[in-house]
Amino acid sequence: MSPKWRVWLAGGLLGAVIAAALYFPALRRQVDKAKQITEKTAEQARRELLPPTPVTSGDPKVKAKMFWGSKSEDGSLEAVNVELPLSKDPVLRAKQILNTLLAGPVDLESRTLPPDAALLAFYILPDGTAIADFSEALATAIPSGIQSEQLAVDSITRTLEANVPQVQRLRILIHGQEVETLAGHLDLTQTIPVSTAAPAAPARSGISVLTAPIEKAIEKVTGSAKH
Amino acid sequence: MRFSLLVLLGVGLLLSAAGFAFQDKPQTPIAAPNAANSGQAPISNSSPNPQRIGLNVVVLDPAHGGTDLGARGTEGIRESDVVLQFAAQLKRALEGQGFLVIQTREGNEDPSFDDRSARVNAQRGAIFVSLHIASTGLAGTARTYVLADFPPANDTTGLIPWDRAQAPFTGLSHKLGDMVQAQLAQRFRGSPPAAQVAPVRQLRTIAAPAIAVEISSVSVENRADLDQMIPGVAEAIARGVADFRPSYLLPVTPGAATGAQP
Repeated sequence: MSPKWRVWLAGGLLGAVIAAALYFPALRRQVDKAKQITEKTAEQARRELLPPTPVTSGDPKVKAKMFWGSKSEDGSLEAVNVELPLSKDPVLRAKQILNTLLAGPVDLESRTLPPDAALLAFYILPDGTAIADFSEALATAIPSGIQSEQLAVDSITRTLEANVPQVQRLRILIHGQEVETLAGHLDLTQTIPVSTAAPAAPARSGISVLTAPIEKAIEKVTGSAKH
Repeated sequence: MRFSLLVLLGVGLLLSAAGFAFQDKPQTPIAAPNAANSGQAPISNSSPNPQRIGLNVVVLDPAHGGTDLGARGTEGIRESDVVLQFAAQLKRALEGQGFLVIQTREGNEDPSFDDRSARVNAQRGAIFVSLHIASTGLAGTARTYVLADFPPANDTTGLIPWDRAQAPFTGLSHKLGDMVQAQLAQRFRGSPPAAQVAPVRQLRTIAAPAIAVEISSVSVENRADLDQMIPGVAEAIARGVADFRPSYLLPVTPGAATGAQP
């Protein structure tokens, strides 16, 4: 091979290396961006599959009290008044309230629930026990820790207590399933008292007239999630 | 001769089977210390002059482990690693106070909630301290959590169901939690003055006074900030436990062992 060709070959290789060095970071940025869009689209698609909470035009606008994280006091909640059209039906009202809570406050630092979490189903049993079924994001996207999980659950129960007096206790399911903890710390195997006047949660072990309707409702939710 | 050998073999097999059966079902019930809720030493009906046992053992529970890393900070701080260091410091401080210390994990394994509970439920005169690092909260603060009072199951046998093992001990747990938190509040400004109530899953199956301590947080910009905090937290917990020691007296009924019924 003549020296001239060697120079041309070396130059070509050097050019290819420089082009690759310039192109690869741009390609990586594009891949990351595409990944984000795909994740976002999957979440949007799932949300679109959920039946929308009906808001009838006749629903009067009332001041709802929402509990989000306090900016002034670490680890506590703060009541915020929001004007919302709310149904008189307690189940619809609870869905409207919880969806507003999930949508979050104007100040994102006060958010207590992950932005991707969604309410999948909500029931109220005749004894005042409510079953709220949330998407997996509630468990997977919440910051890990006793304090953050406690704030999340407290914001749900206190908001329900303030706006839906029919709810006495709450059982939280994740994607139609009973789970042991929210994200490794907070116990979700028991019903959580919502109203301060509510009697203590019934024992999980042993026969209880209160547990039977809860089990039936869970079966209903689990069954609907499977189909 | 052959017949005798066969009989011996049969007896041997039966004894082995019986041994396995007892190993598989360790029935270790205790008489429920019903008065423990009031924070007073309970009195057993079955023994007129019960022996009393004091606090000797502290079971430390570094949370998470294995594939469960717990809270993760932006600087690569992992809760499952930091709590092991935290436990080592606390172990030294407690041993200095004369306690026997047992850990639910020593390395990077992840025992189940029930396996961790079994470590303490098998002990006499023990308390349980679960250690956590939060991913939120004001940096440099520490909080102690206890379960709210909940009614013990109505069981005529006097046995404590495994999933409600903490019920008879919540009074003592609150007392222990308040004493530990008082020490933490003195050292770490911004920490609450008393223990807080939260339904922490790990505490529910513990048949002994039980608390969870969580410090903030893995989100610190520099790992050194967290490392500097840990000796002070360990010292505060050890002092709180030592302050609690005189309050802890449980009766021992003859023939009864500690531990809830799984």
